[in-house]
Parts: sequence; C-alpha cells; structure tokens
Amino acid sequence: MFLRKLRPYLGILIAAIFGLALASCRGGLPETEKAAREGILLIGNGTEPKTLDPHLATGVPESSIMRALLEGLIATHPTNDLEPEPGMAESWEHNEDFSVWTFHLRDALWSNGDPVLASDFVYSWQRILSPALGAEYAPMLYVIKNAEAFNIGEIEDFGQVGVKALDDKTLQVTLQGSTPHFLSMIKHSSYSPVNPRAVEEHGGMTDRQSGWSTLENFAGNGPFRLKSWVTNQVIEVERNPHYWDAETVKLNGIRFYPIDNANTEETMFRNDRLHLTNTVNPDKIAYFQEIMPDKLRISPYLGSYFYRLNVTREPLTDARVRRALTLALDRQLLVERVTKGGQAPASGLVPQGIPGYGASTTVQYDPEEARRLLAEAGYPGGQGFPGVEIMINTSEAHRKIAEAIQALWREELGITVGIYNQEWKVYLDSQSNLDYDIARAGWIGDFVYPSTFTDMFTTGNGNNDTGWSNPRYDALVARSRVAESEEERMAIFHGAEELLLEEMPIIPIYWYTRVLLQDPRVHGWYPKLLDAHHYKYVWLEPEGEAGGQ
Amino acid sequence: MLKFVAMRLLQGAFVLLGIYAVTFLLVAATPGSPFSSERAIAPEILAQIEAFYGYDRPLGERFLTSLGNFVQGDFGPSAVYANRTVTQIIAESFPVSLKLGSISLLLALLLGVPAGILAAVKRNTWLDYVPMSVSMAGICLPTFVMGPLLALVFGLILQWLPVAGWYGPEFMILPATTLGLYYGAYFARLTRGGMLEMLNQDWVRTARAKGVAESTIIWKHCLKGGLIPAITFLGPALAGIISGSFVVETIFQIPGLGQWFVRAALNRDDFLVLGLTVLFAAMIVVMNLLVDIVQVALNPRLKYD
Repeated sequence: MFLRKLRPYLGILIAAIFGLALASCRGGLPETEKAAREGILLIGNGTEPKTLDPHLATGVPESSIMRALLEGLIATHPTNDLEPEPGMAESWEHNEDFSVWTFHLRDALWSNGDPVLASDFVYSWQRILSPALGAEYAPMLYVIKNAEAFNIGEIEDFGQVGVKALDDKTLQVTLQGSTPHFLSMIKHSSYSPVNPRAVEEHGGMTDRQSGWSTLENFAGNGPFRLKSWVTNQVIEVERNPHYWDAETVKLNGIRFYPIDNANTEETMFRNDRLHLTNTVNPDKIAYFQEIMPDKLRISPYLGSYFYRLNVTREPLTDARVRRALTLALDRQLLVERVTKGGQAPASGLVPQGIPGYGASTTVQYDPEEARRLLAEAGYPGGQGFPGVEIMINTSEAHRKIAEAIQALWREELGITVGIYNQEWKVYLDSQSNLDYDIARAGWIGDFVYPSTFTDMFTTGNGNNDTGWSNPRYDALVARSRVAESEEERMAIFHGAEELLLEEMPIIPIYWYTRVLLQDPRVHGWYPKLLDAHHYKYVWLEPEGEAGGQ
Repeated sequence: MLKFVAMRLLQGAFVLLGIYAVTFLLVAATPGSPFSSERAIAPEILAQIEAFYGYDRPLGERFLTSLGNFVQGDFGPSAVYANRTVTQIIAESFPVSLKLGSISLLLALLLGVPAGILAAVKRNTWLDYVPMSVSMAGICLPTFVMGPLLALVFGLILQWLPVAGWYGPEFMILPATTLGLYYGAYFARLTRGGMLEMLNQDWVRTARAKGVAESTIIWKHCLKGGLIPAITFLGPALAGIISGSFVVETIFQIPGLGQWFVRAALNRDDFLVLGLTVLFAAMIVVMNLLVDIVQVALNPRLKYD
C-alpha cells in the first residue's frame, strides 16, 4: 500500500539521485588547474568596479583592473616600490630643482590601433582637471603648475597649465615647486592616459556618463584588453597584441571575480576556483596559519589605522589628555591578541617601509606617563573624567578593537568610554561635521612618500576632520614642497610628524598589512607596499602544486 | 472577471505611485550622500558632480522631473556606478533574479505540496510526522544558516556542487534549494492543513460509503479545495522569495537584483534605489493579482467579492 503511494514520487527520486551523481563527476580537473594550463589568472577582486574610467575611478578594485588595461608614463615595478619602471616613457630628465620634467615616449599603440602620442597625455590630464567632469582624484595632479587653479575654475585656459607636448613623442611637465618624488606620484591611475578618439566619440571629454569605458568601446594601452564584462560575475581580460612589450607578457588572460563577501571568497578559494583572494576574514587568519601556511600571505601595506580625536570638544581640547589616551595603549597586545593579522603596532602616523624615511618611534606604551599626564590635566586616577564615546562604522572588526581599547583605558587610566556605531555614510558625515568625540579612522597612502600622510592634517584640509590646526605644522608642510634637497625635505617631514605626535590630534594604533590567500602556482606576485602588481611579470605554473619557490 | 482585473490594475497603479513618493522622500531625507567617501572632495568639484545629477535643484522639482522620466521609462543614471544607467543594471540582473526566484518557487511547490498531501492522507503515521518535523526545521532555519550549511556539505565536504557563482545550470542547485526548502516547508504545512479540512468533510464520508476509490477522492475531489491555503500563501511566498534573494545572492555570489538593492541602499544611490523599489513593488502587485485570479478560479465561492 505504502509503496504504491510512493510510486509517483519514484520518478522524481531517481532523477534527483541521477542528477547528483552526474554533478559529482565534474570534468576531472579543478578550475584553478584548468586556468593555469591556459595561462589565465583567477583573482578575487572584492567588489564590482564602479567604473573603469581612470579619471572617475577611486577604489582599489578598479585600479587592480585598470592596471591590466592601461599604462601611464611610469609603470609599476614588480618588486621595488621606489624604482621607476619605464611605461609609456622610455626615458626622462628633470632640471636641477626637480620642477621641470621631460618624458620621451616610446613607440606604442592603443588597442584600437592609434599611436600613443604626447598630446594624448595633455588631453587626458586636461580631462581629469576639467571642473565639469568632477573628478574626485583631480587634486592628485595639483603638483602641476596651475592645475589647481584650472580645476577650481580660476583660470579657463588649459594652455597655462604646466603640461605641454613638445612634439609627438616628448612631454614636458612644469610643476608648482620642487618635487623629486614626482615619478612615484605619476604611477597613480589619475595620471593615466586615455585614448582621445574613444572619449570624443562617446560623449566627449567632460561627460560623466560617457560610454567610452564600457566593454564595447574601451581603448587601452596596457598588456591586456577587455574581453568580457558580466556585471557582478566576472571581468575577463585577454592578452593585448598591440602592447609594446607583448613578448614579455606571460599570462594569456586574467579573470577578475567581484566577490563582496570574504567568506564566500574563501569558499571559492578552497573550492579551487581562485588563484588569489582579495582578503581573508581576520578571524580565520590563525586558522589558515595552521592548515595552509604555504598559501597565506601577510605583507606590510602602506596604511595607518588610527583614532581621530575631536580637539574642539572637552576634555580632548587638552593635549595632555590626548597624549595620556595614546600612551596608555599597549599596541603590541592589540595586534597580537585582537587583530591577529600580523599588523605592526604604530609608533607614529606615517607607516614604516617608505624608503628614505625611517618611521617615527615616538608613540610607545607608557602607562606611568599616561597616568601622570591625566592627573596633571586634572583627572587623577580618571576621577571626574567626562563621558566620551568612540564612534566606529558598523563592523565587527572595528568593534573588537574599540572594545579592547575601552577595556585597556579602564584598566590603565580608570576612565570609562562608550562605543557606538554608525552606518558608513552617516559615519562619514559625522566625521566631516566634527560630530563625534573619538572616531575610528584609516588612511591608505596614494603613493610611496610621507607627504601622502602628512598633508592630511594641515589646517582646514578636507581629510583633517579633527579640528586641529597648528600654523607651525602648516608652515612645515608648505616648506616641504619647496625644499632644495631630498635630505632637507625628509627632515622637514620628520619635524612635521613629530610636531603632530606632540599634540596628538590622533591616536596611532597599527600599520596595515595585506592578508590574502595565494595559490603556490602563482609566480611573480611580490609583496608591494601599495599592492600594485605589474601583470606582465606574473605567470602561472601548471601541473599540480609548485614545489618550493 | 475583466472588471475585477481592471479595478485591481488601477489600484495597483495608485499603490506604485504611493510607493514611489514615499521612497523618494525617504531617500531624500536619509543622511549621507552618494558622493561622500573617506577621501574629502573639494567643494567646487562636489558642486559640479551634484549639478550633473540634479541634486542642486529643489526637492519638489526633482520629484516631478524624476517621476516624469520614470513613467516614460527613463529611470536615470546610477550616481555611483558611472557609465551605467539604472535600466542597464536592471536589464542585466533581473533575468538572473527571475530565474532564481522561479526555480526556487518551483522547487518549493514540488517539494512542499506533495509532502503536504502525503502527510494529510497518511495522517498520524510516520509518513506524517517525518515530513512535518523536517518542514518545521526548514521554517526555523533562516536562509543565511541553511545556505552556508548546504555549501559546506555539498560543496566543500562532498564536492558535488559548486559553491558560488552563476556560470551554468549546476550553479543554480544550491541557492534554489536554500530558498526553496524554506518556502517548501510552509507549503507542506499549509497543504496538509487544507487537505485535512477537505478530507474531513461530510460528503467525503458519503463518497467513501458509496464505494468511490480513495485515489479518486483525493485527486479528483479534495485537491482543488485542499490547495487553497497554499495558493493563498503564494503571494507572500513570492514576496518572501524576492526579499530572501538578497541574502542568498550574497552568500552564493549571484549577480541578481538583490545584491544591487543592498548596495544601492548602502551607497545612497538614489536613482537605483527608486528604480529597484518600484520594480519590486510592481512585481508583488502583479503577482498578487495573478494569485487572486487563480484563487477565484479554484474557489468559486470567492467570485462575489
């Protein structure tokens, strides 16, 4: 009786079992092996890029892809952040005080067949500096003479801006002042050239909605070109035969997977679908160190994690209170027990690793001094200390750190602070409106040079957001731009940073690391301070896990 | 019937208009701008960007302009994803969500309804207890627990199915199962209840007494009435599958509308939020209408409503 009732379902049951059995014999080779044999690199890229237009893009996922499609005057060196790798420029000179640079372009082609000309760079830099385009990263070009004036509309003639094409292959750039690190700066995607014909044919120079950077219309000069773009699924690039150095490129293609969720990405990596992940869930770093230490990569990253202090609010108006709060924190403990990602405890603002700039060692763990300062400020043992709150943007990771700091302050200083979280956009608004006591913050350098950090805290700077203002600091930062030698400039940066650390409008906490999972078959992928990799030097070794190397 | 449909469509249009207005106001009132980021923008540049997207005009004017564009089918650009319009984004991701939703619903019906019928017919035996207990578990486990669990078991441990992405038919199995199991559980319990109500009717006892075969009673006589609760639930189930898709799409990295919706809200991408909200509302209105029509067809008693 029962079996008869089951009969109609028998068909479905058999079909289901059959289907699962079929699914279980998946083609044999894992995806990563297949891709390695074809020379295709599979990268987890964090999130769907907002755009691939280098003048409108602002994020890291975008720059990872753009680096495959576009090449500027100077490209990324595979291992050394400070050494300039020739890109579109095969040679260059500068004048005595590093304020006029002349670049000699090589023979190169765009993917649509156009030759790369010096005038392309003039066009491109005019585009990003055009006020009507509203490019967020236009200020990166303000080192160029009159660029800022043009960008904010003070002057209308781009001819007055310090970039000229002397002929088809010679580009001359005149800067506001002496800038020896100019070559580091122009590696940034905001200096990237765009193909004028492609831009003009699809909306014109200042059209934000321009369709030139879509799959169908993209024109680039990099080692790869766009092959397919399936939104939220994959962006695939293939070898660009027009690239000037196409013989050196070893990969045949790259697939960028926009995976937002770190856990999903991890599952994909372990399911042999990715060669490189974008990140690793911080809670699982210790776990991966145990089960796959050969695949976990931790390397220094040029970023600083710190707390902003609103110096316009009591009791944070008193520098002694701010110093007390900073010195009472055992940063070594935080990175070992709380963040556990191999980060370096921050002893200053500017992270370590910038060649030529030894990181400051001023900020240490000194609870005695902290208590002394707090007492001197009028709150001995924490008595009478007004309630202040730490503001974080909603995230478990930030909350853990805030709770640890809350506990450390209670233990060392006897003060109680609260924690509250705000949604990302609201949190950004609160910070710029100085509507907080203590706010969690982070900053990644745009290029490998101290100024990308020290510039932030000048009076009224949009990235200051602490209310701190010190005319001596401003003067030092201004002088750094016109200093006459590299030693002098570095000394000025040190002076500025030490001044900042004396007044402590921020609490340095740790310096970032880049944590990711890397398939051992990937070669040529070296740790870089800004995680910029030149894909033409990356290659895959097929046939099983690579031994050694 | 025609008058009924026409009235409902008209009501639906008003509902959509109301939803549009409320969403627009909510979005305008929410703090935060699509253009704010950790890196400060110079006020002059911000002014240029805002002028491009029309943020510098007064609220009333913006509302009327955007409503006018809307009814003509122009949903506007995405403020955050430059070079893309809302229409493009919807055109790319809607088919994916539709596919996922349909397969999940189909699975829910194919699993839930037969299980419910079986449980009702075999009431109070283990063929009743087992499916109902499993369905209770299915209701209690939310999708964000069930999804990773299935991914772990079938993807990582057994290695039978892929765990993320949308590159072929085998990629649909786990996400559709996650959503489908949850609603299948509801369908099972509702079908069981409806069938039981039908099977307890006096005329069923009469039919048995007259010697009508049990299978005829079940399939020919009771089924139509027994399915009514399940059909009624179709409307909320569809709404649930649509909203449940947000979670499932994130877990399994599916390029559907749900992901876009979450992102748009977090990014304050006003035009995208408006476009997607109205789209979802329209889907629910239409689906509810269809469900009502099916109900009237199945249950003539409702015709006079």
